[in-house]
Amino acid sequence: MAELNTGDGGGKKGSKKVRSKKSNSKVDLTAMVDLAFLLITFFMLTTTLSKPQSMNLGLPDKDPDKDQNKDVKVDENRTMTILLGDNNKLVRYVGLLATPVAGGAPKDFAYGKDGIRGELLSRKEKVLQYTGNKDKGMIVIIKPSKKSNYRNLVDILDEMAIVNVPTYAIVNDFTPEETKLLGETGNAAPAPAEPATPANP
Amino acid sequence: MAIKMKKKSTSTDMTAMCDVAFLLLTFFILTATAKVPEVMPVDTPASTVQTKLPEKDLATLTVGGGKVFFDVKGKDVRVRTLELMGNKYGVKFSEDEQNKFAIMESFGVPVQNLKQILEMKPAERKNVQQPGIPKDSLDNQLAEWVQNARIANIELHDKELELAIKGDAKEEYPVIRKVMDILQDQKINNFSLVTGLRGKEK
Repeated sequence: MAELNTGDGGGKKGSKKVRSKKSNSKVDLTAMVDLAFLLITFFMLTTTLSKPQSMNLGLPDKDPDKDQNKDVKVDENRTMTILLGDNNKLVRYVGLLATPVAGGAPKDFAYGKDGIRGELLSRKEKVLQYTGNKDKGMIVIIKPSKKSNYRNLVDILDEMAIVNVPTYAIVNDFTPEETKLLGETGNAAPAPAEPATPANP
Repeated sequence: MAIKMKKKSTSTDMTAMCDVAFLLLTFFILTATAKVPEVMPVDTPASTVQTKLPEKDLATLTVGGGKVFFDVKGKDVRVRTLELMGNKYGVKFSEDEQNKFAIMESFGVPVQNLKQILEMKPAERKNVQQPGIPKDSLDNQLAEWVQNARIANIELHDKELELAIKGDAKEEYPVIRKVMDILQDQKINNFSLVTGLRGKEK
C-alpha cells in the first residue's frame, strides 16, 4: 500500500505516467515571444526618437558699420509686428503703430491655433491680395521683450513655420510706445475689436 | 477525419519566432546609444518643426537658469578644442585629462576650474553646482569655446561646425539673446534651436 509510486498499481496508472513525461518536452513560448516583441518595440521607438529635434533659425548679418544708416524700407501694409511680453502676453499690430492698417490696431492674442495663427493666416491672405504678387508676401517682425521667455520665442517661430510666413525677423529694439503697449494694453488702449474684414476679391 | 484536423492546429511552434525576436532585440539593444546623463536638465519648448539635429559636427549650447553649458560632438574635436583652449588660457591638460574630457558630457565651468571637474567621477559631477561658462564681455570664454571648437572641427573634419541652442522653456529672452549675440559676433547667423516634439494640433 505504501509503495504507490514505485509499484505498478495497475495498467491505467502506468500509462498515465508515461504520458505526463512526454508532455514536458515542449515549453510554451508565447509569453517569452510577447516580452521579446515588447522590448523590440521599445528599443526601436527609443532609438529613432532620441535624436533631438530642432528648428533652424537664420539671423541677418550683424555688421556694426552698416546698420547705422541703412534702413530697409518696406511697405507698411505688408508688415505685422508681434510683441512678446511677460506672462505669455502677445500683442500684434499691422502697419505702423501710430497709423495702423484697417483692422490692425494693437490687440492681444493668445498663442496657438485659436489665437495668433488664425490672425496670421487671414492677414497673409490679405497681404497677398493687396500686393497681387506671390513674391511679396507678409513680413512679420517679432519683438521679444526682456520679460518674455524662450518658450514664447520658440512658439512664435513655430507659428511662422506652420503658417509658412515668407519673411520674418527678430528685432530687439523697443520704442517707448511699444513698451507701454505691452504693459498697459489690457485697460488703457481701447483696442477697437474690429473683426478682420475680408477684403473684396 | 475533418474533426481531427481542426483539433491539431491549436498551438503553433514558436521557436523560430522567438529566435527572430531575440535576434532583433539584441540588435536594437546594441545599436541603441547609451544616453549621456545631462548635467543640467532643461525642459525644451515644443515645436512642430520636424528637422533633426545632425549626429556630428555639432556644438550644443545648453541654456538654463542664466547659465550656459557647452558640448561638442566627436572625441577628436573635443580633445583638439581643449588643447586650443588650454593654450589660450595657459592651462595645461594632461593626456589623461584630455581623454576624460573626450568622453565627458556637457560642462559649465570656467577653464581654470575645468581640471577639478575632470578629476571627479561622472556620478559626482551631477551633484556639483556648475556655475556656467563665463560669457560677459570681460571674460567671454563661451565665445572662445565656440571659436576654438569651430577651428578644431575645420582642422579635423574639414567642415563648418553647426551650432545648436538648447534653451529652457522658462529661460528669459535676454539670456538667449546674449548667447545669440555671441554667435552672431562670430558671423554665425544660422543655427538651430533644439525643441521637443509636439503633435500636430490641426
